[in-house]
This record gives sequence, structure tokens and C-alpha cells, in this order.
Amino acid sequence: MQENDVQARIRANPRFQEFVRKRNSYSILMSVLGALAYYGFILLVAFDKEFLAAKVAPGAVTSVGIPIGIGVIVFTIALTWVYVRRANSEFDDTNASIIRDAEK
Amino acid sequence: MTHLQRIVAAVSAVVIAGLACAAGPDLGQSTRQTTNVTAIVMFAVFVFGTLWITKWAASKTRTAADFYTAGGGISGFQNGLAIAGDYMSAASFLGISGLVFANGFDGLIFSIGWLVGWPVITFLMAERLRNLGKFTFADVASYRFSQTPLRTFAAVGTLVVVVFYMIAQMVGAGQLIKILFGLDYMVAEVLVGAIMMMYVLFGGMTATTWVQIIKAVMLLGGATFMALAVLFHVGFSPEALFVQATEVHAKKDAIMGPGALIKDPVSAISVGMALMFGTAGLPHILMRFFTVPNAKEARKSVAWATTWIGYFYILTFIIGFGAIVMLIQDPVTFYVDGDISKGLKGGGNMAAVHLANAVGGNLFLGFISAVAFATILAVVAGLTLSGASAVSHDLYASVWRKGNVDSVTELRWSKGATLALGFLAIALGIAFEKENVAYMVMLAFTIACSGNFPVLFMSVLWKDCTTKGAVAGGTVGLLLATILTIGSASVWESVLNNPAGSAWFPYNSAAIFSMTAAFLVIYIVSKLDNSAQAQKERALYPAQQIRSETGVGASTASAH
Repeated sequence: MQENDVQARIRANPRFQEFVRKRNSYSILMSVLGALAYYGFILLVAFDKEFLAAKVAPGAVTSVGIPIGIGVIVFTIALTWVYVRRANSEFDDTNASIIRDAEK
Repeated sequence: MTHLQRIVAAVSAVVIAGLACAAGPDLGQSTRQTTNVTAIVMFAVFVFGTLWITKWAASKTRTAADFYTAGGGISGFQNGLAIAGDYMSAASFLGISGLVFANGFDGLIFSIGWLVGWPVITFLMAERLRNLGKFTFADVASYRFSQTPLRTFAAVGTLVVVVFYMIAQMVGAGQLIKILFGLDYMVAEVLVGAIMMMYVLFGGMTATTWVQIIKAVMLLGGATFMALAVLFHVGFSPEALFVQATEVHAKKDAIMGPGALIKDPVSAISVGMALMFGTAGLPHILMRFFTVPNAKEARKSVAWATTWIGYFYILTFIIGFGAIVMLIQDPVTFYVDGDISKGLKGGGNMAAVHLANAVGGNLFLGFISAVAFATILAVVAGLTLSGASAVSHDLYASVWRKGNVDSVTELRWSKGATLALGFLAIALGIAFEKENVAYMVMLAFTIACSGNFPVLFMSVLWKDCTTKGAVAGGTVGLLLATILTIGSASVWESVLNNPAGSAWFPYNSAAIFSMTAAFLVIYIVSKLDNSAQAQKERALYPAQQIRSETGVGASTASAH
């Protein structure tokens, strides 16, 4: 667990600190989006039931709440994939290059 | 059936005040149905198939590392399916489709709550867990801290969550077997206990993973078939499905909007927190991140898990509405005395099971019944493995032997702990047969989000966190979550039989208070801690951060 040379060089690299900051703010942004979608939906249920029960079109039976509810599920899944795609390509590439620099 | 019904009814009552009464009358102790031979044969095929896999897995389970992590060679896609298999319980399949059947839209609100924890794990936890951990989440939480106090806390947090979660599963199994197979409660306890022990004891994580993958594929496949059959019935038009459902449902158009669901916003938000952050504190889920080779695969695992779980909830919604439309066409087969006003045979949670009969006949009914029961088996196996690891890896190898133990001895302890937990599961299942265990899954989530999650989160992400702060905060969160839950109506009145209205904790969920308290105590105690040990722990943060963010030095898959 003691810090070795590679770790010390990574820590000294300004790119590492910038990389961690960038990825963390992206994680937090995505977490906030996910939480907003969920709590927004729950607060709609708590405070504006009529809105969710309204019909999508005059004469239709499908209510506005159905596409919104299914939408929250689909949005949650999509958000996860958007994050994972970026983390697994762009972020991992940066990460690998920082480690390569430190191992030289 | 009563218990499963109560589990679902009261978990929903937690999310939603008032829903419990709308969910249908409590039918009392469930009665044994006629023996369903097809279902028993299908289940037997599943058991023989999975035991055959266990035999193969046993040849690959030689070291403690194999037992805990399946050698670390599971792919992200496989692990995603296994996580989904760990998470999609019988209660969520039968319970949520039953809720949709009874209340329509409200069932959708309920299911969304169970999905929202996954993005949190993806964005904040998955790769850090993989980079810092080895076998258990305590490895991560105690990375730079004093081992004995932190691991002891983490092991207690693990075991408490595992036991509450397990009681709900074992009692659910007993009630379910009476209705699905027409067998006795006791048969379920012994069957689940014995088969699960064989998976974990001989096949460790490898067998448990494959049982969960197979179960997930069977459940997703069966549910997909049912949803497609429903959509086919209505000409693939959701509007037509809703038109027909509102025509025949007793609540008419009310099923298209929110019902009695959320009355009190504090409870709603508190339950939301328990589900959102509790998922990231469930030891049997966290443990699955150590079965993949690296952070990339860990992220893929959660993305796949989120996809399958979200897809599954959309299916249960279609299945619930399909049951409204299709079961009414044959009241004699599906309703008590053929009278729609008397409710479904076997209770409201049987909507999906009856629908299986309606769309696929007796053979498919047998298949779905077998899958519903196999689901419990897979969940209990995951829980037992996680509990056993806490005993052997955290308590025995790390706390007692201070890490000076060889792999063979540690593996022997894992197996001993598995046996002990297996017998405990059977004993608890029998002891709680007549008890109301509805609150237990929610209690497990509340403890996970108030004890395990804050400790894990702060130890990994806050540089000033210390051992004292983490242990103090985690303990406060765990105790407060338990005490406040006891004071809420779902335990104080429904379980302890105090008069209605006497519950001294006014909300349905403790999470908003207990989780906040845990974070506050961790912060304050850590800030006040200026001991030499605390200084040392803070000094170790940069090295921990580098490993957690880059994966440099992360433990790799064990080689054979």
C-alpha cells in the first residue's frame, strides 16, 4: 500500500489531477441527471396527479404518465450506457496514457 | 402466499401510503393447492441442470479466491446478467405484476423506484470498487484504515443485511411453494436451504454466478414471451391494451393515473433514498464487482444489469395490464368461484402465474412456476455466499488471523460459514413462518443505505475520513435505521401489534434521517479525530486515490 515510483509520478502529473476532476464532474453530472429524472417523477406523482392522469390526445385512453414512466426507465438505461461508453473509451484512453507516461 | 403478499403489500405501503389496502384483501394463511406435477418436473430439471454445473464449478473452486470471485474471469455481459439475476426477485416478478393488475399505473411508479439505484452504482462506485477491492466490500472500505474495527463493522453490516433479506426470501419460498407446486411450507425451507448450500459449498462464486445467469435468462425469456403474447392479443397497440383494460377493470379509467400512492412527500423521498443508495450498499451485489477482470468490465456489468432490470420492469407492466384484459375472459379458471369480485385464485400476486396459463397453457404455467421458485434459490445463494465471505474473509482471515492464513484454511472457513448460514436460513424460515415479514426487505435496504453505503462512499471519496469517523457514523446509521423502522407503523403496529395510530415514527422510511445522520457523524468524528492513526490514514489517501481512479496496483484475476 506504500506509494511506489509509478504512483508518485502519476500524482505529480498535472494531467492526472485534471483527468480525475473531469471524470468526477462528469460522474456527478450524470448522477444529478438520474436523480432529477427520478425525484422529478416522484414529485409529479406527489403534487400533480392530474397532469400524469391527463390523456395524451383527446379521445385517447393512454395517459401522459405512461410514456413519462416508461421514459424514466429508458432514460435511466440510456444514461448508464452514455456514461459507460465515454468512460470505457475516452477516459480509459487518457488513463492508459497517464499510466504509460509514469512507467517510462 | 400470505407472506409474499404481505411483503409486496407492505413494501408498497412503504413507498406509498394507502396502496396496501388497495392491493386487495389479505387472504390470511395461504392454503395448499393441488399438486402441480408439471411445475415440479420443470423445477427438478432446473435443479439437476444447475447441480451438474455446480459439479463442473467445483473442479474450478480450489482456492479462497475462486470461492469468492470465480477466479475473477467473468465477463461484463455475464456479470450484468448475474447481477440482474441476483436482483430480480420473486417478489418483484409476481408482486409488481400483481400491483399493476390491481392498480395499473401505481405499479409502474413502484417499479421505477427499484431501478434508480443502478445509475448511482455505475457513476460513483463500480470502477472504484473494482480497483480497490479484492473479495468483499470491506476490502474497499478498510483500504487505508485500521483493519479490526472497520472490518468488524463491515461484517456486521453485511450479516445484518443478509439475514433480513434472507428471512423475507425463505418465508416467501414457503408460501410460494404451497400455491405454485402444491407442496408444504416445510418442503420449501428444506429444498431451498439444501440446494442452495450445494451450489455455494461446492461451486462457490462460479456456481452461484451461473445459477443467477440461467435464472435471469429463464425469467427474462418467460416474461418476454408473456409480454409478446399480450401485445399480439391487442394487435401490438398499447392504446388498444389500455382501452380494453379500462373497460373491464373495476377501477375503470383510474388505473391510467396515480392512485392513492404518494400522500406524504417526506416518506416518498425517504423511500427513494433507501432504494437509490441502499442498492449501492447491498453486500451481495457489491461482491459481484470483484468477479470481473477490470474496471472496464465492471462498468459494462452495471450497464447490462441496468438494461436487463429496466427491461424486466417494462415487461411486468405489460404483463400486469395483460392479466387485466385476458384473465377476465375465463373467470371460472382464474377467479375464486368464477366470481370476478372475489379476486384471483391464490391472491392478487398470482396475476402473472395465471396469465402464463392463459397464454401458454399448462406446460408454460409449469415453466413460470418453476422459474418463480428458482428465482428465490438464486437470490438466497447469492446472499449466503456474501454472508459466508464476511465471516471467513473479514472476520476470520483479516480480524482474527490478521491476514496470516493460507488459502486452504480460509476456504475451509468459507465452507463452514456457508453451512452455518444455510442451516440458519432454514431455521429462520421455519421460525418466521407465521410472522409478518413484510418490512424486512425494506429494512435491509434502509440499513444498507445508512450503514454500509456512507462508510464505503466516504472512505473512498473523502480524504479526511478516518477509522473512528467511519465506524462511528456507520454504527449510528445502522442503529438508527433499525430503531426508527421499529417505530414506524409497518412494524410497531403491524408486527408488534400495538394499537393503530400508536407508531411513534410518523414516516414510512427511516432512510432520510438515518442516512443523513450517518454522513454527519462520519464528518464530525473524522474532523475531530487528530490522533496519530488519523494522520497516517489521511496521508494514505493519495495512494488510495491513484489506485481507485487509475486501477494501478488493482488486484488482478487469480491465475491457475
